[in-house]
Amino acid sequence: MSHPPLSQTVVKEFQEILGKDNVFTEEADLACYAYDAAVVEPVMPALVVRPTESEKLGRCIKLCNDNGLPLTVRGAGTNLSGGTVPTSTKGVVILSNAMNRILEINEADMYAVVQPGVVTAKFAAAVEAKGLFYPPDPGSQAVSTLGGNVAENAGGLRGLKYGVTSDYVMGVNFFDVNGEIVKSGSKTVKCATGYNLSSLMIGSEGTLGVFNEITLKIIPAPAHRKAMMAVFDRMDKASETVAAIIANRIIPCTLEFMDNFTIRAVESFSKAGLPTDAAAMLLIEVDGYPAQVEEDAQKVEDICKKMGAASIRVAKDDAERDKVWAARRSALSALAKLKPTLVLEDATVPRSKIPEMVQAMQDIAKKYNITIGTFGHAGDGNLHPTILTDKRNKEEWHRVEKAIEDIFDKALSMGGTLSGEHGTGIAKSGFLHRETGKATIAWSRRIKSALDPNNILNPGKVIGG
Amino acid sequence: MSQIKELTRLMKELEEQLVVCMRCGMCQSVCPLYEQTGREADVARGKLALLDGLMHEMFKDPQGVYERLNKCLLCGSCAANCPSGVSVLEIFMKARVILTEFMGLPPAKKLILRGMLAHPGVFDQMTEWGAKFQKIFTKPVNDTVGTSCARIMSPLIGDRHFKLLAEKPFHRIIPSLDTKPGKSGIRAAFYVGCLLDKIFPHIARDVVEVLRYHEVGIYMPEKQACCGIPAVSSGDMKTFGSLLRHNLELFAPDRFDYLLTACATCTSTIKEVWPVMADRMGEEGMRQVEKIAEKTMDINAFLVSVLGVRGDAEIADKAECITYHDPCHLKKSLGVTAEPRTLLRSNPKYRFKEMLASDWCCGMGGSFNLQYYDISSRIGQKKRDSIVATGCSAVATGCPACMLQISDMLSQPGDRIAVRHPVEIYAESLKTMVR
Ligand SMILES: Cc1cc2nc3c(=O)[nH]c(=O)nc-3n(C[C@H](O)[C@H](O)[C@H](O)COP(=O)(O)OP(=O)(O)OC[C@H]3O[C@@H](n4cnc5c(N)ncnc54)[C@H](O)[C@@H]3O)c2cc1C
Ligand code: SF4
Ligand code: SF4
Repeated sequence: MSHPPLSQTVVKEFQEILGKDNVFTEEADLACYAYDAAVVEPVMPALVVRPTESEKLGRCIKLCNDNGLPLTVRGAGTNLSGGTVPTSTKGVVILSNAMNRILEINEADMYAVVQPGVVTAKFAAAVEAKGLFYPPDPGSQAVSTLGGNVAENAGGLRGLKYGVTSDYVMGVNFFDVNGEIVKSGSKTVKCATGYNLSSLMIGSEGTLGVFNEITLKIIPAPAHRKAMMAVFDRMDKASETVAAIIANRIIPCTLEFMDNFTIRAVESFSKAGLPTDAAAMLLIEVDGYPAQVEEDAQKVEDICKKMGAASIRVAKDDAERDKVWAARRSALSALAKLKPTLVLEDATVPRSKIPEMVQAMQDIAKKYNITIGTFGHAGDGNLHPTILTDKRNKEEWHRVEKAIEDIFDKALSMGGTLSGEHGTGIAKSGFLHRETGKATIAWSRRIKSALDPNNILNPGKVIGG
Repeated sequence: MSQIKELTRLMKELEEQLVVCMRCGMCQSVCPLYEQTGREADVARGKLALLDGLMHEMFKDPQGVYERLNKCLLCGSCAANCPSGVSVLEIFMKARVILTEFMGLPPAKKLILRGMLAHPGVFDQMTEWGAKFQKIFTKPVNDTVGTSCARIMSPLIGDRHFKLLAEKPFHRIIPSLDTKPGKSGIRAAFYVGCLLDKIFPHIARDVVEVLRYHEVGIYMPEKQACCGIPAVSSGDMKTFGSLLRHNLELFAPDRFDYLLTACATCTSTIKEVWPVMADRMGEEGMRQVEKIAEKTMDINAFLVSVLGVRGDAEIADKAECITYHDPCHLKKSLGVTAEPRTLLRSNPKYRFKEMLASDWCCGMGGSFNLQYYDISSRIGQKKRDSIVATGCSAVATGCPACMLQISDMLSQPGDRIAVRHPVEIYAESLKTMVR
C-alpha cells in the first residue's frame, strides 16, 4: 500500500538505486518515521529510503531535488527539537543508519573518519579500546548517531571542560542538494584553506547538506579522575557554589546539578541512597594528572564547605563513582516515569547566572502552577528545566506553553540562548528571532536559498519558512 | 459504527499505557531484532507508535500493524531498559489479542493452538506419535550437543539442528507425585512445562531428585496443561482461557507453599502474564491466579534463596569450563541472575567463566524462530560466538527454549559444547557426593 502523494515512477527510481528492501512504502512503515523524541505533532513521510553506500546516498539526494521532494535525514531520531519530523506529506526520509562504518582511527595523528550513521557510544568504545578518548557524551549516546550529533552540535556531561561536538569536528564531507560532494576541513590540526564550511554545517540540522563522512578529533585519555557529591539544604547555596568553583579558576570535567524534586524522583527509582531531604545536590568530577586532580578535588571540597554544603562524599573507588553517575544518568528516566508528557527544556545562560536561573525556574513553576524538575549541566550554564505534564490536558498544556515562553525570555534577558545543545528544529524556530533579531534570520534564509533553491533540504527547520 | 472505528474503540483500552512512551528511542540500544534490521518498526518505539497511530486513525492499516507487532521476540529487553517504565510486553500482548480478535486467527495457528495445545490429552498423544516416527525422517548430527537434522529436504525444518522429542515424556516416567515434606517442612508444587516434559525429561527428573534430597514435599498433579504463552502471544484468548482454567483446577494454591518450574518462560508466564491476562477469568479465578503467581518461583532461585544452596565448591584439578546464558525471561522479567550461577559454582567439576553480553537475547522468541528463522539465526549466531569465545566445554541456561536455540546454533558449525540446565549441574554434584 503506497502513500498517494508520490508517483510510482519516482518510487521505482528509488528502488532501482537502492533495491526494494531499502525503500519503504507501506503506511505501517512510514508511520514509524513520523516522530522523534520532541513533543511535536507527528507527520508521516511519503517514502522512507535506506542507502547503504555514499554513492547511493548522493543519487537519492539528487533524485529528491530533481523531483522537488522535501528530504529529511534521520539518524537515531532522538533529537528533542523535531528535526527529523517531516513538514510535508510529500516528504522523503533518508535513513543514515545503514551507513555506520568507522572508516579509520588514526592513532598517530589522533583523528578518526566515520560514516554519519555510526552510533556515538560504539565509536567512543572503539576509540577507548585504543587508549584514546572522544569526550562528547550526550545522554542519548547509546543510540544517537555521530551525524545527528554534528547536525545538532550535541553536548553532554563533559561540556564544561571538554567542550561539545563542534570542538571535535575537524572536517565534514557532505552532499549538496545536487548530490555533489563538498569537502571541508582536513585531517591536519591546522587548516586555513577556503571558507570554514565545517562550522557552517555543524548544527545545520540537515538544512544545508547531507553528511557523508565526518573527521573527528580524538585526544589522550585523562590518567586520573575523582568524583564527589555535595549536598545542600538550600537551593541557592548549591547554585552559588557552582559559580564559586568557576570563579576560583577550577574547571571540573563535570559539574551537575539536581534539585530536590529530581533527587526524590531518582531515589525512588534507583535506590542509590541519595539524600531525599536535600534541597539540591552537586555532582562533580575532576580529571587530569593525578597530582593536579588531587589538588583540584581538595579545592573543590573546600569551596563546597565554605559555601555551606551540608555534607560532601568523595567516591572511594570506580564502583562508587559509577554509582554517582548512574544516579545522574537516571534523572531523565526517573522524571519521565511520573507523568505522561515530559518537556525537556534546554535554555542556557552564562554560567555566573546559574543561581538566578535556578530561582527563575522556581518562580515560573509557581506562577503557572506546573511541575518543573531542574537538573543538568550547571557548570556550563546548561540546565534542563523539565516540565512534567499530560499533553491531553489542554488547559494545563496551555499553561506549559506559556511557561516555556517565560523560560526563553528569562534566559535571553540574562544574555543566554534558547538552546544549549538540543537544537532549534521546529520546536524553537518560531522563537529564534527573539534571540537573534529578524535580520539574522533573513541573512540565514538567503544562505539557505542560495544553497538549496528548491527548499528541499529539511524545510521548515531552524529558520522556519 | 465502521469496523475501523470499532477497532480504535478497542485500542483505547491501551491508551493510558501507550502515553507513557516518550519516544526517547533508548530501546534501540537493547533490541536484538533492531540490531539486525535497523528498522524502526522492529523496535519497541516503532511498534508503540504504530499502535498509537492506529488508535488515533493517523492511518488505516490494521493488517500492517498486526504483522509488525508479531515480528518481535517478546524478550522484554526494551521493557527492562525503558527509562519511562513503559509496560511494553503487556501492551504488546494485549494489542495482539485485540488485533487477533478483530481480524481472526490465521488458520494454521488455529489448527495448532485450538486443535492441539488447548487439549492436553491430544497434545500429549500427538507428540508421542511424533516421538515414534521422528527417527525415520531425521538423523543425528552432533553427539556433544545431542542434535539431529532432517534426512531429506523439508520446508518446515530447513537447515535446523534440533533436539528430538524424548522417547518417553516425563509424564510417562513419573506420572504424578504427592509426597509429604521432610526436614525442610516445605511443600512445593512442580509445574513441569511442555519442553521439559517432552524434550528434556531428564531435567525434570533432576528437579524431582534435588527436591527429594532437600526433603521438600512434592505436589505434581497428572495431566498438566501448557502455561499458555504460545496462545497469548498469538492473541488467542480462547485457548489461553481453557489452558488457564485447566491449570487452575490442578493447582489449588492452598496445596503448596511454592510453585516451582525449571523453565524461565513458564515461570515468567505464570508470574507476570497470568495476572495481567486473566481478567476474563472472573473474580474468583483472578484471586486464585494472583495467589499462584505470588507463590511461583524459578527453581534456581528457590534452591539458592530458600534452601540455601551455596556456590562455594572447591574447584577440582581437571574441572571443565562452563559458562552461563541469561534467559530474557529470567533476568529481564524476574531479575534472577545470581542464583543459577551459584548452582554452577556448587559443583567442583566445573569452573565458571562469564561470557561477553551474557544477557543478550539468544534469538529464540518462541514462534518468532519459526516465522523469522533467518533473523533468529543471525541473533543466535552472536550468542554462539560469545559462548565459543569463552573456550568452555559446556554452556548452561535456565530456560529449555533457549537450550533449543543454543543447541541449534552450536551444532550447525560443529561446535562440541554441551548445553545444560543449572539444575542438572547441581544434581550431578549431589550424585558425586553420595558416591
Ligand atoms: C534521553 C535523551 C537524552 C539526550 N541527551 C542529550 C544530551 O545530553 N546532550 C545533547 O546535546 N543532546 C541530547 N539529546 C538529544 C539528541 O540525542 C541529540 O540531539 C543527538 O545528537 C541526536 O542524534 P540522532 O542520531 O538521534 O539524530 P536525529 O534525531 O536522527 O537527527 C537530528 C538532526 O540531525 C540531522 N541529521 C542526522 N543525520 C544527518 C546527516 N547525515 N547529515 C545531515 N543532517 C543529519 C537530522 O535531519 C536532524 O535535523 C538527548 C535525547 C534523548 C532522547
Ligand atoms: S519504549 Fe521506553 S525506551 Fe523505547 S522509546 Fe518508549 S520510552 Fe523510550
Ligand atoms: S520485546 Fe525484544 S524484540 Fe520485541 S521490541 Fe522489545 S527488545 Fe525488541
